[in-house]
Amino acid sequence: MLRQIEGSRAVAETVALCRPEVVCAYPISPQTHIIEAVGVMVKAGELAPCEFINVESEFAAMSVAIGASATGARAYTATSSQGLLFMMEAVHNAAGLGLPIVMTLANRAIGAPINIWNDHSDAMAVRDAGWIQLFAESNQEAADLHVQAFRLAEELSVPVMVCMDGFILTHAVEGVDILDQSFVDSFLPPYEPRQVLDTNDPVSIGAMVGPEAFEEVKYLAHLRQLDALVRIPAIAKEFADATGRDSGGLVRSYRTEDADILIVALGSVLGTIKDAVDIRREAGERVGVVGITSFRPFPAEAVREALCQARQVVVVEKAFSIGFGGVLSTDVAMAMQGVETNLRTVVAGLGGRSITRRSLEELIETAGRDELETLTFLDLDHGAVERERARMGETRRSGPSAENLLRDRGTAATAPVKEQA
Amino acid sequence: MTTQPVHFYQIGSFAVGNRLLSDGERTVQSNLDRTNSIDSGHRACQGCGEALGARYALDAAMRATNGQIVAVNATGCLEVFSTPYPETSWRIPWLHSLFGNAPAVATGVAAALRVKGKKDVRVVAQAGDGGTVDIGFGCLSGMFERNDDVLFICYDNEGYMNTGVQRSAATPPAARTATTEVVGPEPGNIFGQGKDLPRIAIAHDIPYVATATVADLHDLERKVERAMEIHGARYLHVLVPCPLGWGSASNETIHVARLAKESGLFPVFEAEGGTVTSVSKIRRQVPVEDYLSIQRRYAHLFGKHPRPDVVARIQAMADRNIARYGLVDEEADSKEMAE
Repeated sequence: MLRQIEGSRAVAETVALCRPEVVCAYPISPQTHIIEAVGVMVKAGELAPCEFINVESEFAAMSVAIGASATGARAYTATSSQGLLFMMEAVHNAAGLGLPIVMTLANRAIGAPINIWNDHSDAMAVRDAGWIQLFAESNQEAADLHVQAFRLAEELSVPVMVCMDGFILTHAVEGVDILDQSFVDSFLPPYEPRQVLDTNDPVSIGAMVGPEAFEEVKYLAHLRQLDALVRIPAIAKEFADATGRDSGGLVRSYRTEDADILIVALGSVLGTIKDAVDIRREAGERVGVVGITSFRPFPAEAVREALCQARQVVVVEKAFSIGFGGVLSTDVAMAMQGVETNLRTVVAGLGGRSITRRSLEELIETAGRDELETLTFLDLDHGAVERERARMGETRRSGPSAENLLRDRGTAATAPVKEQA
Repeated sequence: MTTQPVHFYQIGSFAVGNRLLSDGERTVQSNLDRTNSIDSGHRACQGCGEALGARYALDAAMRATNGQIVAVNATGCLEVFSTPYPETSWRIPWLHSLFGNAPAVATGVAAALRVKGKKDVRVVAQAGDGGTVDIGFGCLSGMFERNDDVLFICYDNEGYMNTGVQRSAATPPAARTATTEVVGPEPGNIFGQGKDLPRIAIAHDIPYVATATVADLHDLERKVERAMEIHGARYLHVLVPCPLGWGSASNETIHVARLAKESGLFPVFEAEGGTVTSVSKIRRQVPVEDYLSIQRRYAHLFGKHPRPDVVARIQAMADRNIARYGLVDEEADSKEMAE
C-alpha cells in the first residue's frame, strides 16, 4: 500500500518486517529516526522476540551486533558519519568474521568541520572494510534494499550496508509502498548461521591467524563479494518478479541509448541528474545516466558494458580523496581499462550543498563542449578560497579556516580576524 | 578413590595439598571429569597467572552452569596464547572480536541467547587489565549500567604484557614497564590516583563484584560459582602475576599473588548490590617490601640506591587498603598467634 511517509519510517517499518532479533541503537543524525521507530516497535512488543539495546557508543553498537550475530541472531543497527568512523574497527571486524549484520548508513559528511548534512565521505571511508555497500536512489529503493540486504548478507555470510542519503532521503516524506509481512517472510527465510556459538558444538570464532593463512582468509572474503556480483542481480530480479519493482541490482541505466556523454553517480542525486538529462536531451544533447547501486562489490564488468559506448564519462561524486580526486572515479577508471574514453570527475554536494538541476545542466553543456576539466568542484566559490589563501599568506596566525570562510560568506556574526594592512 | 584423613599444611603457606582433602573439598581441577575449558598445549609462558586463573574461573563457571557457557575474549595474552591458528585450546564456544569491545560483544551474545530462548546458557567475558580498565572501559561501563547478564572477568597482570610490558591504568606506582622506564628522578610508574576498577564497578551498583587472586583458587572458584547464581552484570577482578612483566620467578606466581594479598596491596573482597559484604582477612601480614623485593620491576627501589621513601608510599597504599576494607582483624590475629 502506497503511503506518504518519511524515508526513515519506511526503512524502520521494512526492517521490522525482516524480523530482526537484536537491534542496537546509538543516536546520530540523520539516522536517528530509523532507530527510534524500530525502538518503539520493539518496546511495544510488536517484534517479539527482539532485543533493543541502547548502547553507549557506535563502537558498542557494532560490537553488540557482532556478539548477537555470532550467537545466531539476526542483527541490525544504523549509523552515520562520525558514528561509522567511531565503530570503524568493529565494522572491519564484522566483515572479517563473516557475520551477516545489516546496517543502514544515513550518509553524512565527516568533520572537521563538523557538518550534519549529506555527502558520501562516510561510505567511502569504509569501502575496503569487506562490507557489501548498496546505494539507494529513492526511499522506495532504500526500503526495498533492506529486505534484499538481509537475504544477501545471510546467504553469503557477509555484512551489508544500505546507504541512503542523509536528510535528502531519510527525512523526505514521499510515497512508499511498504511490503507485507507474508511476502517478506517468503522472500527472507530464517537466519541459518554458518558459524554459531553453541554449547553443544563449541567452536572458536576470531582466532589469531598468522601469515600462513591470513591471505587465504581475506581472499575468501573477496570471492564471497564476487559471488555477490551474481547474487545481487538475481535477488533483485526475484524481488522485481514478485513486487513489480526495480529495486537493487548492480547498475541501472537511464537514456543511455546513443549517448555521447554518460554521467555516473550513486544515490539520490541520480534523480536530479535524470531531470537535467531529460532537459539536455530535449535540447538535442546525447546524454544519459548510469547509476551504480552496488558500490561494493564494484561491478566493473557491468559498469564497463554500460559506459563503453560513451565518448565522455562524467563521474559525479559526493566525496573525494583529498590530495588526489575522485574515489568512485578511480573505480570507474579501473573498470574502463582498455576502453578509450574521456573520464571526468565532478565533486559535488559536499556537506549537503545542493546539487541543483541548473548546475547539472550547465555541467552537461560544458562537457558537451569538451570543456570539462579532469577534476571539477561543482559550484565551488573559488573567490572565497582565494581570499582565505591570501589571508593565510599574509599572516601566520590567520586563524581557523572554517571560521574565516564562514565570515567571508557573511554567515558568521563575529568580526573578521584582524587583517594585516 | 581413597583419601588420607589427615590435613597437612605446607610449610610457609596456608595452601592445602589437594590430594589430602576429602573428595567434596577437592578442586574441580583434580577431577578427571573436569570440563577442561582451556585445554593443555596452549602457548602461555611458564608460570602464567592468567592461564591459571582463566582455567579455574571458566571450569568453575562450567561446573556452576552444567556446561552451558559461552566465552567472549578481548584481544590480549589469553586470546593470543590460546588460539594460534589452526589450533585452539578452547573446548567451549569462544568468540574473540576486538581489544576494546568484549563487554559489548558479550551483551550481544546475551541478547541473542535471550531471543533464542536459551535461558540456561550464560555468558562470560574476559579481558586483561588493558582491555578492562583502559580500552574496554567505555563498553564495560555501558554493560554494567544496562545490567546485562554477563560475568566479566578481568585478569589483572597490571600492564600490557602481550605487547611487551607497557603501562596500563592498572600498573601500580613505581613499577617498571617499557613505557615507565627506570630513568629520571621518579623511576618507574607515576603515583597517580589509580584506577580501582572493582570500586568503580561497585559504584555502578551492579549485583555482584568480587576480587580474587590465583593464590587462593578455591576462593576464586567459590566467587565464580556465586556470580553464576546471580543474573545481571557481574564483575570479577583476578590478580594474575606475570613472570615476564613483573620479573618474578615463574615458580613464584602463587607466592607473589599471595604476598600481594597478605601485604594489603591487593584487597580481596566481595560486594553485592553496591555494598562490600565480605573481605578475605590478611592471615599473616607482611610489609610491602616482601612483595616488592622479589619482582624485578621494583628492583630500582632496592639495591645500590634504595628508595625507602617510595617503598613507604607504597606501604601507605597498602595501609589505606587495610583500613578501608578492614583487612586486618587485630583480635583474631593475636588470638591465632597465641594458639
